[in-house]
Amino acid sequence: MIVARLALQSLLNRWITVLLTVLAISVSVMLLLGVEKVRSGARDSFAGTVSGADLVIGARSGAMQLLLYSVFRIGNATNNVTWRSYQDIVSRAEVAWAIPLSLGDSHRGFRVIGTTPDYFEHLQYRGGQTLKFAAGTPFDDLFDVVVGSDVASRLGYSIGDTITVAHGAGSVGPGHDDLPFRVSGILARTGTPVDKSLHVSLKAIEAIHVDWRSGSRIPGQVTPADRLRQMSLPPKAITAAIVGLKSRLQVMGFQRAVNEYRAEPLSAVLPGVALQEMWGLVATAETALLGVSAMVVVTSMLGLSAMILSTLNERRREIAILRSLGARPGTVGSLLVGEATLLTVAGIAIGTAALYAVLVVARPLIDRQFGIDIGIQPPSSTDARLLLAILIGGITAGFLPAYRAYRMSLADGMMVRT
Amino acid sequence: MEAQALIDAVSLRGVEYKWNGRDAFALSVGALQIPRNERLLLLGPSGSGKSTLLSLLTGVVVAQAGSLEILGQRLDALGSSGRDRFRAEHFGIIFQMFNLLPYGTVIDNVLLPLSFAPARRTRATAAGGAEGEARRLLSALGLPADIGRRRATTLSVGQQQRVATARALIGSPEIIVADEPTSALDDDRQQDFLDLLLGQIDATKATLIMVSHDRRLARHFTKVVELTDILATSQREAAAT
Repeated sequence: MIVARLALQSLLNRWITVLLTVLAISVSVMLLLGVEKVRSGARDSFAGTVSGADLVIGARSGAMQLLLYSVFRIGNATNNVTWRSYQDIVSRAEVAWAIPLSLGDSHRGFRVIGTTPDYFEHLQYRGGQTLKFAAGTPFDDLFDVVVGSDVASRLGYSIGDTITVAHGAGSVGPGHDDLPFRVSGILARTGTPVDKSLHVSLKAIEAIHVDWRSGSRIPGQVTPADRLRQMSLPPKAITAAIVGLKSRLQVMGFQRAVNEYRAEPLSAVLPGVALQEMWGLVATAETALLGVSAMVVVTSMLGLSAMILSTLNERRREIAILRSLGARPGTVGSLLVGEATLLTVAGIAIGTAALYAVLVVARPLIDRQFGIDIGIQPPSSTDARLLLAILIGGITAGFLPAYRAYRMSLADGMMVRT
Repeated sequence: MEAQALIDAVSLRGVEYKWNGRDAFALSVGALQIPRNERLLLLGPSGSGKSTLLSLLTGVVVAQAGSLEILGQRLDALGSSGRDRFRAEHFGIIFQMFNLLPYGTVIDNVLLPLSFAPARRTRATAAGGAEGEARRLLSALGLPADIGRRRATTLSVGQQQRVATARALIGSPEIIVADEPTSALDDDRQQDFLDLLLGQIDATKATLIMVSHDRRLARHFTKVVELTDILATSQREAAAT
């Protein structure tokens, strides 16, 4: 009790070095835990984006690319799927539901997606949740638009506001500003790319391109909105489709049928398989990041060991006094191991607390910048294992000075010749 | 009581010891007998092997040859942790200077040896509570009543030596070992300090073994031994050159 108190007072007396050492450990803990949180958060976020869909169909391309542009809305398609092929495929008996997606236009940096009301009914995310409306209804009129929650909050849209759509994916450029859309619905937050999308009907996509050819406006041709409403405007092509089948057992057969579709080259991919492929690609980077963080932890542990070692010479006297009073060399050593343990525990506690504080602050920023929603949950079992490893590392770091002190106390006896 | 008195505090014969390492140093002691309640002064200049002798007596190191009994207990029969325990229970030790753990309070410093010596703790507790006993010793050694809560580093050297004495005396160990305890003090304070120390030694009937190079102290002791009479030392490097 007194021994522990004296050891603690000795620590307090060295509070600046002790504080810096604890901070070094905290930072390394933050880094390691943070990398792990971002890693698992990114995985959960990605995996949660596509749920309940059996296949994603698009023009022939790599599985990952198709998944990226259709589900995650990253990058662009190189080719479209003709409306005729789409209808042919989704009319097959196995198909329970299908959502066509037509990409290519944007609104102030957010993607505009042409689709059908099936989107709101069948698209699922994070364990089978369907989309919900925070306000309003699906599009009904030709110039109705349903916006994701981020779009609404970032741009301050509410029901009834009018917006215009730009041609292409940039935030500036030639626009369809002669044909304003009315916000008919705002979707509830999902934590997926849906939040950053605007949704219009397929016919609307056709309508705003009536006066356009090959990516530019036909000079002098302006078709008024009411006239467009009366036109039939069947879609010519879509970019991709998300398909749900009646039975999981039919997935392989259906996929083969799409891949071997004769009229045009198509690809059908299983979202789970494509995700796995993607994890395989990023796993190296993840491992490297974790490795670097682990090195930082090791560095902080070495610093801890060096800090305690450097105090040994000035504490030689202290150790000799303890020995003269009957403290065993093991007791002296365990004081040093205890010191290392205490500092590590403090570092872990401060580092973990600081990480959560940073997460609370940075969560919306990360979500906005990268579309990754890092859930703020209590440490997972992986986190706990990492922390345990750090604790063991800290205790181990105490053994080197402890062993030196042990040798020192044996060599010095209780008479230090200083 | 009679039988107790017959057992010597220290009984040492033909002890040989070698430090290993850089300054390999060998020491042999012919014979040293210290009865209980003796006040023994060991006189010798520094470098005469007194530190090694004290390390041997207190069981910090073990002789390679010869026999050494403290209070009837052969030290070589005890394991290293047994010797540490034995030292904690039966010895009170006062160094030349820097006796105290600098960051602790005076009271914690005085109470510290009781953490390693249950029997001393029991005795101190019986004498009026460990903390009460510590305060009694501090005031008996002429320290102000409010000194207990002060940090050891805030004390003067003379005060530190008295606190160290209280620490050596608490729980009444049988043997007090003092290694040049007065050499850091000026003459007046030396005298005061010795008076207080000897007064307390008398009160607890402890055996005092004090090492010094200062012959003038001899009159305070019941027996004086010249270290050069009982010790033979050799330093390997010195012999080689």
